[in-house]
Order: sequence, then C-alpha cells, then structure tokens
Amino acid sequence: MKNTPLLAFNDKGIYCAQADVYLDPWRPVDKAIISHGHADHSRWGHKKYITHHSNIPIIKHRLGEINVSGKDWNETFSINNVKFSFHPAGHIIGSAQIRVEYKGEVWVFTGDYKTEDDGVAKPYEPVKCHTFITECTFGLPAFKWQPQEEVFAEINNWWLQNQAEGRTSVIFGYSLGKAQRLLKYLDTSIGKIYTHGAIENMTEVLRPQLEMPETTRITRDVKKDEIKGNIVVAPPSAHGTPWIKKMVPYVTASASGWMTFRGARRRRAIDRGFVLSDHCDWQGLLSSIKETGAEKVICTHGYTDIFSKYLREIGYDARTEQTQYEEENAEQTSKTEDE
Amino acid sequence: MRQFAELIKTLDSTNKTTLKVEALTKYFNNAPDRDKVWTIAILSHRRPPRPVNTTLMRLWASEIANIPLWLFEESYHIVGDLAETIALVIPPSSASSEKSLNQFLQEIIDLKPKSEEEKKEYLKDNWLSLNYYERFVFTKLITGSFRIGVSQKLMTRALSKATDIDEDILAYKMMGDWNPAKTTYTKLILEENEEDFLSKPYPFYLAYAIEDEPKDLGDVSEWSAEHKWDGIRSQVIVRNDELFVWSRGEELVTDKYPEFEKFVGVIPNGTVIDGEILPFPEGEIGTFKDLQTRIGRKTVSKNLLKKTPVILKAYDVLEWEGEDIRQRAFKERRAILEKLYTEVKSDELPLHLSHTIQFKNWEEAAEERERSREVKSEGLMLKRLDSPYLVGRKKGDWWKWKVDPLTIDAVLTYAMRGHGRRSNLFTDYTFGLWDEKKEELVTFAKAYSGLTDAEFRKLDAWIKKNTLERFGPVRSVTPHHVFEVAFEGIAESKRHKSGVATRFPRILRWRTDKKIEEANTLEDLKALIP
Repeated sequence: MKNTPLLAFNDKGIYCAQADVYLDPWRPVDKAIISHGHADHSRWGHKKYITHHSNIPIIKHRLGEINVSGKDWNETFSINNVKFSFHPAGHIIGSAQIRVEYKGEVWVFTGDYKTEDDGVAKPYEPVKCHTFITECTFGLPAFKWQPQEEVFAEINNWWLQNQAEGRTSVIFGYSLGKAQRLLKYLDTSIGKIYTHGAIENMTEVLRPQLEMPETTRITRDVKKDEIKGNIVVAPPSAHGTPWIKKMVPYVTASASGWMTFRGARRRRAIDRGFVLSDHCDWQGLLSSIKETGAEKVICTHGYTDIFSKYLREIGYDARTEQTQYEEENAEQTSKTEDE
Repeated sequence: MRQFAELIKTLDSTNKTTLKVEALTKYFNNAPDRDKVWTIAILSHRRPPRPVNTTLMRLWASEIANIPLWLFEESYHIVGDLAETIALVIPPSSASSEKSLNQFLQEIIDLKPKSEEEKKEYLKDNWLSLNYYERFVFTKLITGSFRIGVSQKLMTRALSKATDIDEDILAYKMMGDWNPAKTTYTKLILEENEEDFLSKPYPFYLAYAIEDEPKDLGDVSEWSAEHKWDGIRSQVIVRNDELFVWSRGEELVTDKYPEFEKFVGVIPNGTVIDGEILPFPEGEIGTFKDLQTRIGRKTVSKNLLKKTPVILKAYDVLEWEGEDIRQRAFKERRAILEKLYTEVKSDELPLHLSHTIQFKNWEEAAEERERSREVKSEGLMLKRLDSPYLVGRKKGDWWKWKVDPLTIDAVLTYAMRGHGRRSNLFTDYTFGLWDEKKEELVTFAKAYSGLTDAEFRKLDAWIKKNTLERFGPVRSVTPHHVFEVAFEGIAESKRHKSGVATRFPRILRWRTDKKIEEANTLEDLKALIP
C-alpha cells in the first residue's frame, strides 16, 4: 500500500483508493466528488455525487434527479480517514478545487479555474499542497488576459456602435458560466438583453444564487423589430443555424480565451472576438502553482506536454496525465448546450 | 501607424465584403497620400525586402518575452502566424505610435543594411512600445503579407469609390513594376502618364470553372473552344522595340524567358499578346515539371535553354497597333491574332497559336474534352465569340471546363497544424499508399484542401486523440482514415520517396466507408503515369 499514490489516474477518472472515491470521473462510478457543473466534469450515471451546494441545482438541471449531497466552502468531510474539502476555483459559479489529505499528505485537484475575480464565481483561493493537479487549457505564453473591465468596456462599446448602425449584436458564450458573466456586465442603459433558450434555462436555474439583469427569452412570439439594436446572448452552437435569421441585420461576436487567435475567429466566420476566459492565462497558471507551494505538478488538460515541459525546466517535478476533460477544446462549441 | 493599424483591425474584424470596402474607402479618403501609396503596395503584395531574417526575429522575441526558444517555437506552431505570435508573447503595452505608416516603412527599408545589433535594438524598441495590434501590424510589415481577406479587386473597388476613377483603369494603373518608396499617390493613381505605360500589362481576364452542363450555355455556335494549356499564363508586350513578359502573378519575368527576345523586330510595336508559356523540349509540349526547371531561375544557362526551351501559346491579342482593343469582340481579336501569326510564324520563332475549335453540338465538345490528356492540356476553355476582354475573374463569357482529375484512395499518415484561418487546427495532411507487400504505407502526396470546415474540425479532434508521435508541428497518426485524393497530373520523380510527383493534389472525399486495407497501392498510382 505504501507506494500507492493518494490519487491515481485510471480509465474511469481520478481515483482515491484509500477512500474508494473518484474525482470528476468520466465513466459511471459508485461515489464521485465533483468540482463544478460543466458537462465534462459532472457526468451522468454515478450512484452518489458529492459537490459544493451551489452546483446542485446546475447538475440536477442537467442530469435530472440524482443522489447528491452538498458541502460548504472549506467544510472538511472524511471518507475512510481521507479528508476532503472544497475551495473556490473562480472558474464559474460553484466551481471548486478539491483538497485531499491523508496522513499529512495534501493533494489539490483544480478542476477548471481562473485567478481573476469575475464578480460572479467565488474568487479563486490558493491552497497549500504537496501535489497540485492543474488544468492548463491556456498553458502557452501567447495567452494573456486583459482585466475584465477593459474587455466589458469593449463589448459594450461594440454593442453601442452596432446599435448606432442599426444592427443587432449577437454574442456567443457557453450557457453555463460565460453567459452569466456577460449578462452581469452588459450595460442595460444601452438596450435590452435577449437570450437564446439554452441560456435562459440555465440562467433561470441560477437566478436564486446570482443577481442578474432582466432578460427576455427569444420565442416565436418575440417580434423581429423589437430585437433590433439590442443584444442577444446565445450559445456558440447557435451560430449558423436558422434560429439566428430572426436577428437580421446582425453582427456576431464570441467571448472566449480562444479569440486570442485571429485564425480561430476567422474560421468560425465571427465578426468580432473578445478575449474573455474562465480559465487561467499563462501567468495565472504559473503564479497559482507557485502559491500552492507544491513540488509535484500534474497537468490534466490543455497544452499539457508543452506546459509540463516548461514546468520541469523551471524546477518542478511535473508530468502529464491523460483525462477525458475537453482537451484542446478550441474547436468544440459544446460544453453543456448540446445535451 | 494608428490609422493603418485601425484599418487592418477593422478589415480583420469582419467577414462582410461591404464593411471591408466601407473601411477601405474611409481610409483612402482620410489617410496621408504617402500612407495610401504604401497601403496599396502592401495590399497588392509589394512589401519592401525583409530587413531581418525570421530566425533572428524568433530568437530576439523569445529573449524579450523571457521564454525559452523552444517554447516560442511551440507557440508559433499553434498560433500559426509569426507576427501574431511575437505580438502575443511580448509583454503588453498600451502605447500607440504617432509615426506614420510611411515613416515606419522608410525605417524598415533603412534597416536592411544595418548591423545585427542595430536591428535588434530597433525591433525591441518598437515591440515594447506599441500596443498589441500596432505591434502585430508592425511585425507583419517586416515578415510578410497581410492575409486579411482583402483581394486586389476589393481594394480597387474601395479606391474607385474614394477617387471616382473607374475600377478597370485603377486596376491597370496598379499593375506592373512600380516602387512604393519612389512614386507618389498623384503619380500612381491620380495622374495619367504616358511613359509609365510602356511596360504595363493589362489586368488578366480569368475564367470560372463551369458549374453546370455546358449545354446550359446556350447555342454552341456562339462559342469558341480551345484547349486549356498547363503552363504560365502570361502577357507578352512589344512596344518601342522593347519586350516585356508578365506572368499572371503580375511578376515581370522578361529575363527568365530570353527566347522571346526574338519577338522584337518581328512582332510589330504596340502589340500585347495573352498566352501561355509552355515548355517545349525536343520539339514537343512538355510537362509542368519541365517548366518548373525554368520558373525558379532568374538567369538561364545555355544548357537549360537548349534542354528545356519555352514557347508562347497565344490565346488572344489585347493591344494592336498601339491601341487597346479589349472591348472588341473575341472573334475580331482572334482574327487579328491569326493574321499576325500567319505572317510571322517560323520554326525559329517561339510563337505558337492556341487553335480554336468550333463544334456542331455540345456532345462533340465533350468528346474533344476527353482527349485533353492526350494533347497535354487540362481541358477546354469556352469563350463567347462576341465577348470583350474583361478584367479579373468574371462569370458569363469565359468558362474553363477541365477534365475530371485523376484520383486514388490513400491513407492519412501525418498531420500538421495549418496557418492563418486554420491555425491551431490540424489541416495539412500527408497521405500514403501501400507498398508492394501491402505492409507499409509510402508517402506520396500532401494535401491541404477539399474538406468542409466541419470535416476539418472532426478530423482535427480525431488526430489529437490518435497521435502516435510528435515531430514539432507534425504528428504521425494511427493509419485509419481513407481519403480519395484527386490530382491534375502525374509524372515520375527522383525527388520523391514514392518515385512519383502529383500535381495539385487535394482531397476529393473522405471515404468513411473504406478500411485502410482497401486503399490503393503505389503500383496502382504508377499505372496512371502516361
């Protein structure tokens, strides 16, 4: 037993043998501890789910009735002498890092996280540990985020300008996370916010926990003329579908970390790209790793090989593990909306 | 610079042609004249020569960004554009430059003879003191062309709106060998200047591929057909006892083809012929591969001139007796060309006529098209007998009707990330065919086009999950997918491992119905060599 690591990667997920539980498993298991509500981390079919309170309505909305228990931030619970607790990851509402401790050895699994306080998710808190399991979706020095105030100023300006030119603004973002972040900071003095059904459904689920402006769902009854000049928030999958014709004349934008690349925006035929991410940028990853004090780092998804090679160069004991979280997901438009 | 960077940003921020034209027109109405000239030059691919090689730029950028060179290179493979990578990795700045585009370009020109140290200082100062977009544009000015979805045609349209000068006239003015550092906006665009016109070619008229059945073009008697030759589309100009040869890429290639000097004194001054430069080894039309031995060379050795001479296959005459006759009907222009040809032809003169054919019906035309490979043409060109010679790619009067390509089923073996619009996406593929024993796949071609965006995305996701080995930007993948690869021509080649070179290979179809065992062999491919 002595050589068994506290957390190991197998074909079902990240496994803690001592406690016989999985963290964010990708195949059905008996007991799953879940970091956050995105579909690649909270999957269908586990017998028992343990997660932060805030995630329960999200996961139930997506998966229906499940056997789930909720925990508070920093609340320690033990399973066969292994101590677990949730700590804010700042990625989306409810997103948590999972701290695992056994006989004084501490591991932290980040799930997805970002270091900037976006005012929606509880801000990321570094947690001291020996081994840090980190995502590195944007683990390249090309990724540097601007403060979100600057990005939202650009987004609202864009909306204003489109309105002046008689066009409707259509902005794409994931229905869980990015959409609520957009809604919170869109300037409603410019006009009204309309939403795609997938966004409205998720937002309704979150309204009890989040303060958000009034939105109008686009239904058959909504007239084309009333939308004109306003802004529409839609999931990326709505781009290029007949649904969008109702917004003519419109201009499109996408809000995502991938918009860093000119090519990513151009091949999607989107007019404008706003670099707005719910993940860490390069510096965010490096500084948070440093703050944990960890010596060992395991990279799970993103530019794992490049990032872990760099970490080794600067003195960490770093490696890559294969997971089924959405690796290199620049081309995928679905996180939750295709369900 | 701010104004130009804003323009590029706007052009880059929209996929709508009307908005691009709007932005360009606004720029041409407001920018300083010197900047306008440079903008026209840059958008028509007339950059000053690169003052610094990119290896050094990469090295310096990684130093300034404080990252190891390998990490810079990895980032570049993923971003897919050097200037963009440099602009992204260098520490951010929010400054903007008051210097004009003209000043920047003058500095870039002056930079070329300077020492490495001076060059590095110059780049570093600018990289650190420009905001992201200006930094990107500045680096682009040094490294390469702007691929921002602005064709020359689109720029001409905007310039026409800004100046009220006819688009065709502008297209003509912007052709040829002008130097943006020396000319002025007035001279280039606004003024009429006879002397400048001596070497100037006319904009080429280009045909679209036929979309439906040729019989939809109407009465066959209104059409002239000729074979579509596979060489370099060119204009040969004889004026004032001087010869000028222009390729379709608007490159002045007179020196590369000294054979045509014989035209001076034989073909009358004030003549412009539109034709195709073709290789003519051993008194016969050769393959495109033969021509490639000539294309790359600025000066031609006597030996090569003897081994692979070229001829001009004449299609059309655009200027006759010093007069622009493009508005006359095709049949009238052809009559002039044919008369000229009959008068001057000789074994010594490298001028051949592309013979026109008139058909009784479309079925007959289809039969002739089937013979194309035999006569070493790519198919047929159909031209309306009463059509004028238009500017650029226009539908209606001229159509190309190529033969169906050769095809073979091959297995995807390697993939590489694309550039530009396809950055961070595996879109450049290498294909293999089975060896004799059907044990190994031998690489035979690379192809970059032919899939839809959705198919590219699907294949990209698959490649990322089925990588065997990584070699920098290239990945070898599990042999699994079969593609029907099409190509225009095929010839033996010593340079290729497979022993075969294919011309213009591209993906025709993703054969999801086929297993890799069902892919073709190298022998199957070789059987296609004529």
